[in-house]
Amino acid sequence: MKNNDYRNGLRDGTAVALGYFAVSFAFGMEASASGLNILQAGLISLTNVTSAGQFSGLAILSAGGTYLEMALTQLIINLRYCLMSFSLAQKLNRRTPHWHRYLMAYSVTDEIFALDAGLDHPLSPAYHYGITSAAVPGWVLGTLAGAVSGNLLPGFVMSALGVAIYGMFLAIIIPPAKQNRTLLLVVLSAMGLSFLFSALPVLNSVSSGFVIIITTVLTAGIAAWLKPVREGTAAADTNSEEDT
Amino acid sequence: MTHNIYLYILVMAGVTYLIRMLPLALSKKEITNVYIRSFLYYVPYACLAAMTFPAILHATESICSAAVGLATAVIAAYRGKSLLTVALIACAAVFIAERILALI
Repeated sequence: MKNNDYRNGLRDGTAVALGYFAVSFAFGMEASASGLNILQAGLISLTNVTSAGQFSGLAILSAGGTYLEMALTQLIINLRYCLMSFSLAQKLNRRTPHWHRYLMAYSVTDEIFALDAGLDHPLSPAYHYGITSAAVPGWVLGTLAGAVSGNLLPGFVMSALGVAIYGMFLAIIIPPAKQNRTLLLVVLSAMGLSFLFSALPVLNSVSSGFVIIITTVLTAGIAAWLKPVREGTAAADTNSEEDT
Repeated sequence: MTHNIYLYILVMAGVTYLIRMLPLALSKKEITNVYIRSFLYYVPYACLAAMTFPAILHATESICSAAVGLATAVIAAYRGKSLLTVALIACAAVFIAERILALI
């Protein structure tokens, strides 16, 4: 039974691993362009397993930002995992031992959460570990490959791959925004606000980490105030993504 | 003062792990506050959008090729293509745009 859950997780995680490889390849390249060595880049991916957080962390690290700025940025950008972990906690058997919870927390990512949440039965830790066993190696190996080849690849390839991560972000936010007017407004306002921060004289001296924090808190805060989400809507949305 | 890279990594990893672990370890009941739930629901969209634009415009050799990549990614994502497909199509569009721009 446990073995079956693990194997199912491995199977579903393989698709995630392929996608991760491409994205973390871009991260590895960016990390090596920022002056990190291969092992440091791999260590970040192994210990963080989060695309948005790692990219913004890299920006702060190479700009020589403060540790506080780093901690706050990670807190705000990765705050969504808080909601996901809450949701997964509901899906686990109440009697699931604590050590499983500590271990599972390591790999709560957008994609792994989506698979976990898509199950129509209670979540077994073995399934989560199965996905993790496939996805995390994809993430770390992609980073190492990117960091190794980043300096070897010709400029035009690097330039084209530069948009990969943003393409992935757009693929995450646009389909739900198409269905939901409020999400569309949230997306457009956040883009507009961060554009103002890059274009206006005084605002453009704010570091990129804080721009993301300010923009996210303002936009999500105002949206939550004006358009609170009814009980269960958020969970229903994540479930529907997996209904194929 | 110079910063230690491993301390940066420790801060990143520590904060990220705590965010994921605390709710799993501590919550035996659901968050009921509608405002907090809604805020957390909107956060990924606001955050990913803010990180994408305008940063994507400076991700390639020129703003023109980046704009082509952006438009292509938006169309592909709008049509519901998978994450990997959208990312690869955007890269291909930038590559083609830069070859064409080089000829002009």
